[in-house]
Amino acid sequence: MKQIKTLSNNVLKKSLATGGCGECQTSCQSACKTSCTVANQKCEK
Amino acid sequence: MVHCFSMFEKNIVIDVYSGGVHLMEAPAYMLTKYYAENGFEKDGLSQIAIKACKEIPLNLLEEGYRELSELEMEGLLFSEDFYEKAAQNLRKGSVVKALCIHIAHDCNLRCKYCFADEGAFGGKRGLMSADTGKKAIDFVIEKSGSRRNIEIDFFGGEPLINFGVVKEIVEYARSLEEKFNKKFRFTITTNGILLDDSKIEYINQNMSNIVLSIDGTKETNDKMRPHANGKGSYDEIVPKFLKVAKSRNQDNYYVRGTFTRENPNFSKDVLHLADLGFKQTSVEPVVAPFDMPYALQYEDLPVLFEEYEKLAVEYIKRKKEGNGFNFFHFMIDLDQGPCVIKRLSGCGSGCEYLAITPDGDIYPCHQFVGNEKFKMGNLSSNKFNYYIKGEFENNNVYTKPECKKCWAKFYCSGGCPANAWNFNQDLNIPYDLGCELQRKRIECAIAIKASI
Repeated sequence: MKQIKTLSNNVLKKSLATGGCGECQTSCQSACKTSCTVANQKCEK
Repeated sequence: MVHCFSMFEKNIVIDVYSGGVHLMEAPAYMLTKYYAENGFEKDGLSQIAIKACKEIPLNLLEEGYRELSELEMEGLLFSEDFYEKAAQNLRKGSVVKALCIHIAHDCNLRCKYCFADEGAFGGKRGLMSADTGKKAIDFVIEKSGSRRNIEIDFFGGEPLINFGVVKEIVEYARSLEEKFNKKFRFTITTNGILLDDSKIEYINQNMSNIVLSIDGTKETNDKMRPHANGKGSYDEIVPKFLKVAKSRNQDNYYVRGTFTRENPNFSKDVLHLADLGFKQTSVEPVVAPFDMPYALQYEDLPVLFEEYEKLAVEYIKRKKEGNGFNFFHFMIDLDQGPCVIKRLSGCGSGCEYLAITPDGDIYPCHQFVGNEKFKMGNLSSNKFNYYIKGEFENNNVYTKPECKKCWAKFYCSGGCPANAWNFNQDLNIPYDLGCELQRKRIECAIAIKASI
């Protein structure tokens, strides 16, 4: 592509099929607690 | 739904329902902005769209259109919302997998913005007994089902004023790991006043994370974080915090500050912490009722937005020079991250994550402690308020009209429920000023990713 560079692909739809296992950490927008935001969490499956 | 914004001379497009993030040259970007308002044209580039982007040469518009069309067909742009149905039965019967244990409702500082009423949470000052702490561990083991990993956050007040009980809880939890097939991860938040070598060693051996509270420069910090006698805390805590950071190899900790109306130009406080040598930082907006003199107001937003961008510019510069540091709210994972189910369902408070007070009372999280309406039970009784648990379980970005419309929903997951309650008396109405800041931070985080 000449005009567009994609930084992130279709991560969400794929995860709908396999997601929701509940293994991930709880998250908080504040770094007082289990310190990750949703935007930065890792999937722990 | 797409979100288009420009930052640091880059045009960025977020395709909300795929998670796609694209950098675009002007022609494709102008077209995307037009289609964001008017709907994408699958049948070809219309005369109206061409007219709307009339300053762009036609051949470039046509090229841009072809590329947008390709992404649209791949499901990476103007993609559909597939998730609302999945949101309808989320987390029914979710297990408790994390606790915030309030080791002390007391504190050896008197921080002016303390949401915990300077440690006491509006009630009696007190320390948790080892017995209550152990009951908390028994409770989470029982309520965690088959989930193996359990997180325990030691909080307060100030946990170090009751460190003996912290250690007893850690040892008790570890002693039960094999029997119940559990793995405990501990974190602790502290103002640092009582940190010494022996506590640091214990924390390093036993805790996966430590949060060290400091607001920034000496002037900023000591204005808001004094001792009871008015004396500042900066001089005591900086050397201790540096020791902790070094002993943990500059990882698995955060220095964590709060910015208020007293220091809206908070980027200098963040950079001060980085200049002191801290690689893991977080400085976050105070959350306070609007009538507090230090509370952030809507009229502060332009300055705050500018500060986030200023910080991002310096952040990029330092990363490129090999002198970078991490800032909690700029950290973002575009490659993988959690599944969409987690992303739309929020932090887990009130169902997967609960707070325990020194008296053994159970609340949805530390921010709800003291709000009797949200008391869910007590460790000494079998009664647990599943109705309140259900309220939190049923709370997700699709139950909140403002979140449903918001482009940031899958990066934010719906805001802080405690803020929603405290400002709007409704778990389904997020704290809007917080949303404004959250959106700005996410834009900066993505623009940084695009720039490094």
